[in-house]
Parts: sequence; C-alpha cells; structure tokens
Amino acid sequence: MTPFRRHKGIVAPLDRSNVDTDQIIPKQFLKRIERTGFGEFLFYDWRVKPNGEGDASFVLNEPRYRGASILIAGKNFGCGSSREHAPWALADYGFRAIIAPSFADIFANNCMKNGLLPVTLDELQVAALIENARSIENYELTVDLESRTVTDIAGFSASFSIDDFQRHCLLEGLDDIGLTLLHEGDIAAFEQRSRG
Amino acid sequence: MPKTLFDKLWDAHVVRDPQGQPALLYIDLHLVHEVTSPQAFEGLRVAGRSVRRPDLTVATADHNVPTTDRSLPIADPVGAKQIDTLRENCRDFGVQFFDIDSVDQGIVHVIGPELGLTHPGMTIVCGDSHTSTHGAFGTLAFGIGTSEVEHVLATQSLPQNKPSTMLIDVGGTLPEGVTAKDLALGIIGQIGTDGATGYVIEYSGDAVRQLSMEGRMTLCNMSIEAGARAGMIAPDETTFTYLEGRRFAPQGAAWTRAVAKWKTFRSDDSASFDRTIEIDASGLEPHVTWGTSPGMVVPVTGCVPDPAVAESEADRRASERALEYMALIPRTRIQDIQIDRVFIGSCTNARIEDLRAAARIVKGYRTRQGVSAMVVPGSQAVKRAAETEGLDRIFRESGFEWREAGCSMCLGMNADTLEPGERCASTSNRNFEGRQGRGGRTHLVSPMMAAAAAITGHFTDVRDWKFK
Repeated sequence: MTPFRRHKGIVAPLDRSNVDTDQIIPKQFLKRIERTGFGEFLFYDWRVKPNGEGDASFVLNEPRYRGASILIAGKNFGCGSSREHAPWALADYGFRAIIAPSFADIFANNCMKNGLLPVTLDELQVAALIENARSIENYELTVDLESRTVTDIAGFSASFSIDDFQRHCLLEGLDDIGLTLLHEGDIAAFEQRSRG
Repeated sequence: MPKTLFDKLWDAHVVRDPQGQPALLYIDLHLVHEVTSPQAFEGLRVAGRSVRRPDLTVATADHNVPTTDRSLPIADPVGAKQIDTLRENCRDFGVQFFDIDSVDQGIVHVIGPELGLTHPGMTIVCGDSHTSTHGAFGTLAFGIGTSEVEHVLATQSLPQNKPSTMLIDVGGTLPEGVTAKDLALGIIGQIGTDGATGYVIEYSGDAVRQLSMEGRMTLCNMSIEAGARAGMIAPDETTFTYLEGRRFAPQGAAWTRAVAKWKTFRSDDSASFDRTIEIDASGLEPHVTWGTSPGMVVPVTGCVPDPAVAESEADRRASERALEYMALIPRTRIQDIQIDRVFIGSCTNARIEDLRAAARIVKGYRTRQGVSAMVVPGSQAVKRAAETEGLDRIFRESGFEWREAGCSMCLGMNADTLEPGERCASTSNRNFEGRQGRGGRTHLVSPMMAAAAAITGHFTDVRDWKFK
C-alpha cells in the first residue's frame, strides 16, 4: 500500500451530503476484474452527460479544480455499497485525501487499505473549507497524518482524530495481511480450541 | 458482567486482542460473489498465498447474472468474464461454487440461510454491504471491501475495532399490511441514514419476536441503510424451526447440542447498550421513499415533504436536489404518484414469504396498462418453491414477468435496468440516484405495496386492499 504521511494539494469542493458509492463509481463499471483504471469513471453520471459530453457544471469538470487531490464533501460520505471500486476510483483519479464531517464505516475502511486518507472535521470547519475552495483560486490544503492536522497558508488549522493503529499502517504503508500472518500460530490455536 | 448478544459473539471470536490495535476476529463463514472478489483472488496469486479455509468459504454468482433464459450464453462479454473468473478462482483455490446453472444458485444472502450455512453465533462476512441480513439468525455478519475479502481468504480472520452497541426495541404488533420492510424504513426515517454509523444494532421486542425469519432478514438487511455495521436478532424457536433439516445445518445429536448452545446467544437481562431506541410497531404505516436516500421516506398516507421545512440548510439542499432528480413537487400526496415499473426482488425482499405476500395482492387482478412489472426470486430454490405453490402462475396471469434468480434490478448490473425518467416501485434497498439505471427513479416499498402499485398504477395503501 502507498504510505500516507503528508500531502499538499488543490482542494475540490463537493458540497453534497450522503454521497453514496453508487455515485462515486456507478455499477456499470464494476464488471472489470482489475484494481486499476477506475479513475476515468469516477462520479461518472455526474461528470458525463447521457450524450457523452462532459457536464461543465460538475465541480470536477471546472478547469480550476483539474489536478485537485483533496476532496471536501458533506456528511456520511461513501454510504451504501461496500464496493472498494469507490476508493480505487478516487485514488486512481488522483485524490489522496477526503475531508468530510462523517464517513460511512465500510468506505472509510476501504480507503485506508488504499492509502487514501479519510479526514473527519466538524461541519463548521468543512463549511469553511468548502467556502475557501470556492472563493480562493488554486486553494490548497496540507493534510499531515503525522501531526493529525489540516492547514492552509492563510492560517486555517484543524486537528483530526484517527485510530492509532490505522494511522500507523498508513504512515508505514503496511500490508495488513502480512501483519496478520505473523500471528498465524494464534489463528491455528483458535481453530484448535473451537474444534474442541 | 452482563453481556449483550453482540459482546458474546465478539468475545467468542477474538483470536488476539493486542493493546492499542484492532482485535483479530475469527471468521466462521465467508461468502463470495463475482463482483468484489476477482481482485482479492488476484492478490492471493501475486503474493503466492492460498485460501486458508476453503471449507468455510462459499461462492455464488448473483450480482451481474442475467435473469432471462439461463441456457443462453451471457450476452455481455465483460459480465461473462467476471463470472468465468469466479469459476476459475473457485476451482483453483478449492472453494465451493454455486454456479449460474446450479439449482442452488441465488443471491448470496438468500442462499446462505436457505442452505443452512448461516448458524446462530457465527461471524459471517462477504464483500457486500447487505451481509447484515444474516444477523437475523443471531450472527455477527457484516460487509467488507475487497482488500478485506483478500485478508479473510488468506487468514480466515479480520482485524476489527469494536463497534458501539445500539438496541432498537420494537414493542407492540405490526398492523395488518405493515411489514418488516416498513419497520426498517420507519427506523431509517427516524434515525437517518447515518444514525447507526459505528454501531451494531440489536433488534428486540414483541414485534421483532413475531417476525418470521424472512421478516427478520429484511429488517437486518436494511441495517446498513441506517449506517450500522451490522444488525442482529437473538435466535429463538422461530430461528431453530427455520434451520432444522436444512442441508448444512447440524443434524441428529449435533443439532440438539447446537440448539442448546444457540439458546445462550441472547443479551443478558441487565446488559447495557451504548444507545437505546424504542419504537411502537402498532402505530406504523406502510412506508414509501420519495427521495434519493432511504431516509427520505414517509408513510403512504403522507405527502412529499416541502424542503422549506427541512431541519438544516444541508438537508434543505439535499431535499431540493432529490426532488429535482425524482421529478416530484412538494406536498404531492404519495398515493397520487404514478409509476411505470415494478420490481419485486433483491436480498431485502425476494424470499418465499415476500413472493406469497405480493401474490396475495395481485391474485385476480391485472397490472395497470402501461406498467411493466417483474418478479425476480431471490434464489432458484425460492423460484421452485413459488412454482410449486403456483405463485408464478398468479404473477404471470396478472401480467408480471417471472425471472431467474439474481440481484437484478436492485443494482442494475445486468440488463435489468430502468430507462431514464422511469419511475419504479421497488422492493429493494437503495433509492440512490441512478441505482436502478441512469435517470431511473426508485421508490422503496414492501412487496405488498409494490404489488398493489403494479395493479393500480400508483402507490396505494395496502391496508385498504380488496383481496380476491
């Protein structure tokens, strides 16, 4: 997994709550058997009109947000289907962090398996950042996992909490299957006990 | 110390619980399907790993299978390749696979219980959020992503942080015509689609005890739509009666021993929960969603809400956006909303009892002209049972299509989709934008409500239905 330590990047505001994983990556793109290449289908039904043209009104199609690598969105981001294709698509598109007031459980887990950092800030902070991303040209944030902070150059600073172990795994880019297999003996012992 | 049902299941499955790290939980049953598994099997291959317990792993193809004639080749080459890939993976790694032509094929959350694979006290995972369905049997069952699927394949265990516990106690009795689906929608309407995020819900109370296993599965299935990690119901005689004699259920002396053990899987009387919600079932009505999130729901006697009265600015904008997508005007009576399509199916509502309830409504009636309606049984076994009872004939004579088993139009990965602008009464679980087809407009309802809408062409209060 790609480690996540500190990332500075352009911020795109997606001012919607309850963005579900069906929106992040619609079902017609779930038939592929690879992990890669989902970025071009990210938010497909919002980015691309039924006639195949880009929808200029969608935030990610605005030229100023091209190259954005931090997404700011409303509460309960990533709800619905457990499809890991959603974080694959976000990461493949170029996002490294998502900031929202809350995330759906499975989605947040899936992000952390893919070096994509879900950052929970409170609603007022998120609202302020959305406003900044709209009003300030090339608005950038720095997300620092080591210090657990989100900052900008104008003085915005917020800290966020994250599970210590998940933070450790992200910082180091650890493969958790490898970690678990270090305890194969415990698993075998558990199986032995349950049989008895 | 008194324990909740969840605590008991959790404690019984902890392989190791290191300080400052997630606990490692043992997984008793891993269900696998074609959409969320190919990258996991590929990961095993790349790392040179095997499936630790193929005997605790069961696969089927459900999400993108066609529901039309199964003897024909699958028209969609990409979808076909995904199913071929699962077949190869199961063969290479020694996993039991209920293939598309198997008499046991069906939606993974329908066939698990039906085959008796789901036992009280188990931990069950699947790369599918509706894994919560199995909680109806007193299991800890939850959906996982593909990286976690790979983890479970390789280690039969999963690192997990302990969630909080929520008790939803449903007193009273559900009125005639009000079902487990309406209860689930009512709960989500009350607590919101993120109301249970971070929690495992236990459902209790008289109204829950009175539910059949099918109803309990519907209720637990929808837990994820409230954001819950899992939903569960303590097993009782209803559970044991359902399971007894099923193919993979314990038999003979093992059955007696199992039931004795299963009876201990209940919350102790004085166990405490992090949050408790009480609901009176007697006052519930049939529910219909009006928006693009399962929490956007009102009773059938209600109206489309006015965004102007939303609780927050964010809710107001979400409502306005939803109404625009759904092409609905505030304050429209729910029963005045006309529909084009009806879908009776999905892991939420495609079990035999659901089909019986829907058939009872449509018997002797014809679908409204212009309404296209289909029934997609949850499994081939449900389909056969329904055909034995003559339900297929009732549906067909009423103008419904009668299909092969699969997820079908719940998520529209196969050819079963809504056309842009079409409005559908659906027994599935998600009314997200485009879920059933781009531009499609989904209203979530119970099987009876969907059946009635097919006949009248608009949402209709099934409590007033004239059965023939």
